[in-house]
Amino acid sequence: MSVEKYEVHEHDVIIIGAGGAGLRAAIEASALGCSVGLICKSLLGKAHTVMAEGGVAAALANVDPQDGWQVHFGDTMRGGQFINNYRMAELHAKESPARVYELEEWGALFDRTPDGKIMQRPFGAHTYRRLCHVGDRTGLEMIRTLQDKTVASGVEVYMETTLTRLLKDGNRIAGAFGYVRETGRFVLFKAKAVVLATGGWGKVFKVSSNSWECTGDGVMMAYDAGAELIDMEMVQFHPTGMVWPPGVRGILVTEGVRGEGGILKNNKGERFMERYDPKKLDLSSRDVVARAIYTEVQEGRGSEHGGAYLDITHRGPEYIKKKLPSMHEQFLKLADVDITKQPMEVAPTIHYAMGGVRVEPETSASTVSGLFAAGEVAGGLHGANRLGGNSLSDLLVFGRRAGEGAAKYVKSLNNPLKIDEAQIESEKKLLLRPFNESGTENPYQIHEELQNAMQEGAGLARTTESLEKALKKILELQQRAQQTRVPGSRLYNPGWHTARDIVFMLTVSEAIVRCAIERKESRGAHWRKDFLSKDETWGKQNLVTYKDTSGAMKIKMMPTPQMPAELAQLFQQEPVVTAKK
Amino acid sequence: MAEIALKIFRGDASGGAEKEYRVEATPGMVVLDAVLRVQATQASDLAVRWNCKAAHCGSCSAEVNGKPRLMCKTRTDEFQGKEIHVGPMRAFKLIKDLVTDVSFNYKTARMIPAFTPPAGEKAPFTMYEKDVERLYEYHKCIECFLCQNVCHVIRDHKAPFFGPRQLVRIASLEMHPKDTLDRAQFLKDTALIGYCNITKCCTEVCPEHIHITDNAIIPLKERVVDEFYDPVQWIWRKIMGRNSNGG
Ligand code: SF4
Ligand code: SF4
Ligand code: FES
Repeated sequence: MSVEKYEVHEHDVIIIGAGGAGLRAAIEASALGCSVGLICKSLLGKAHTVMAEGGVAAALANVDPQDGWQVHFGDTMRGGQFINNYRMAELHAKESPARVYELEEWGALFDRTPDGKIMQRPFGAHTYRRLCHVGDRTGLEMIRTLQDKTVASGVEVYMETTLTRLLKDGNRIAGAFGYVRETGRFVLFKAKAVVLATGGWGKVFKVSSNSWECTGDGVMMAYDAGAELIDMEMVQFHPTGMVWPPGVRGILVTEGVRGEGGILKNNKGERFMERYDPKKLDLSSRDVVARAIYTEVQEGRGSEHGGAYLDITHRGPEYIKKKLPSMHEQFLKLADVDITKQPMEVAPTIHYAMGGVRVEPETSASTVSGLFAAGEVAGGLHGANRLGGNSLSDLLVFGRRAGEGAAKYVKSLNNPLKIDEAQIESEKKLLLRPFNESGTENPYQIHEELQNAMQEGAGLARTTESLEKALKKILELQQRAQQTRVPGSRLYNPGWHTARDIVFMLTVSEAIVRCAIERKESRGAHWRKDFLSKDETWGKQNLVTYKDTSGAMKIKMMPTPQMPAELAQLFQQEPVVTAKK
Repeated sequence: MAEIALKIFRGDASGGAEKEYRVEATPGMVVLDAVLRVQATQASDLAVRWNCKAAHCGSCSAEVNGKPRLMCKTRTDEFQGKEIHVGPMRAFKLIKDLVTDVSFNYKTARMIPAFTPPAGEKAPFTMYEKDVERLYEYHKCIECFLCQNVCHVIRDHKAPFFGPRQLVRIASLEMHPKDTLDRAQFLKDTALIGYCNITKCCTEVCPEHIHITDNAIIPLKERVVDEFYDPVQWIWRKIMGRNSNGG
């Protein structure tokens, strides 16, 4: 089998992942004269970006003229509890308006204000009305616009292709290797630069709003290639996911419901957010609301199926159907609940990974030459908690920067890169392992056990004990994952694909748990029941994960970059900054 | 707990047949849940496409009891007492089990002349709700290709007709107030709009409830007719502004 030939493609830059960040990077690298290959695991246009509902945050100041990049920057830093990379937050706040307008030039259509501008809506923890949107399907609009632009730019698209190993020539990236899902045939991409835009890893948890694709393959390929990761302990729970029926558990209920006046209640009919955040109530930040719902359930005041009630009936059927059409349809079709007449049942669901590949703010370059990362797979911008709407703008701003960074890097290279067959051979061996007669484990079973362990041990509420228990289970599953066995051929075989995916998921889980054990405080999404308060020292540290030369996972502390005076003074009068609670 | 029996098509380009599977029924189960349960417990090599599980991405298109449906939006309790048959979309070449070769749709998409605003005009654009209202409907398309699947012109493979999905896309470009291209010739000679005889089968299956025929295809057909068979009308419209004639 090892002599099997594989398909070979060659580009200046390959982009792995075709969500918002990947598409935006492809457009940029192509505009700068590179030959670009865009590789995605699903069909084009199906990436997770499509699920984004609320909108894209950009301080256009169309409805609130007081808004500006400084305010957006401040909100983002506060939301991230100041362990964000300030420079990324600054670039993000400054550049997102231009990126949104660019979409308009490419044919995107947003809701309009009466005077013909892009409409903006309020969202949790954004000071002003800032989210540009189109109904409750902003992600779809964005991905379709970028997809059409990408195709028109002449970028070569390789759909339903999974890459599993980055190849290196010495210290530099030289390409990537994987397989074509349809045929199961191996494929090699030679490239001078690789942009990772592979999204998150929500699938390591049981209750998740993420699709099958979110396995952390990208972040782990980077890790395997020697890149540093940052803030891996930071995983966001969206407070409102569907709870019932079981099949839809975890599917997102947009924050827009609360934006439009929805109220959270417990089984006693109390508006419990009055106790957790009397000021912002139901529109408090995501981490606060998620913890509140969790606490209500723990203390016996949960809804019938273990969540909270979210009630918007007081808005009346007309209004609800106009403002929240897909939510109305989603609950009616999938849960037999008419949200114009009955409350929804909601509970926290895994939604987003704040951590990821550590990158240079300006170029999105990772710590490995020729490897760039943008979007959810990259870390730093969101710190300990991401604000709603900041993800779509992140994709645009840093997708573009990564595409540009890669293109410039490619131009600076002069000697040709070599492909090392040994690296390919070792990946082939790993990929083919599940066809080995001696294996006994079902990859789906391992995945399920991992999801349970992560949900219980490294979920919303964490303790040293729960984390240690999860870690033990992960290490055990890592052993078992070497013994998988899958039936069938290599032709479009999801079981076989899962066997490789779980290897990524197990390592990413290990990183989450090891970092979570390390950070002995509560900050943003990271809630340690044994270290309930924020700690000033930890407030100036990020955790960096890397693979040492022996192949072992290592965690180290790295001081959070300190803001220059002109940015720091934006927070001077605010008590929020020094909150030590 | 009750069980559900599913007959799922298993096979590839060389042939295949339905195979029966039984899974535990859970409340509110959709067909996609049942299929994924089968995959996780009994047939890990069962090929199926899905992403969002919430009818947003258009990946899980299949035929359930002969009808083109999104599996993630089709409840199993809809079929109580009846058998559930799940098969791949018929208009496209089979790859394996429930997965078909939909690349045709991506090839035609590549050929459509892209959105082209006036040279040198930069956003922010001033566009009012009334100018763009009708476009929102076209933009709801999730590219599930169910409409393509039921279109008899595509099914019969008589001509490389672009199909309803791409006509919706072209309508969204043609009717965008900032677009400057004229795609009438393209519609006539390349997209082959003339092949559509307005059977409306496409509209009936659209999960996004887009009025494909009435709101996209018919206005485009009128445009082609105006331009090629009534040049005076066409010139008049060009002078008066492209959208002055109701589109
Ligand atoms: S109306 Fe036209 S495009 Fe739609 S199914 Fe019928 S022939 Fe095909
Ligand atoms: S027009 Fe409707 S049926 Fe056709 S691809 Fe789009 S969403 Fe699907
Ligand atoms: S899985 Fe996305 S539409 Fe069904």
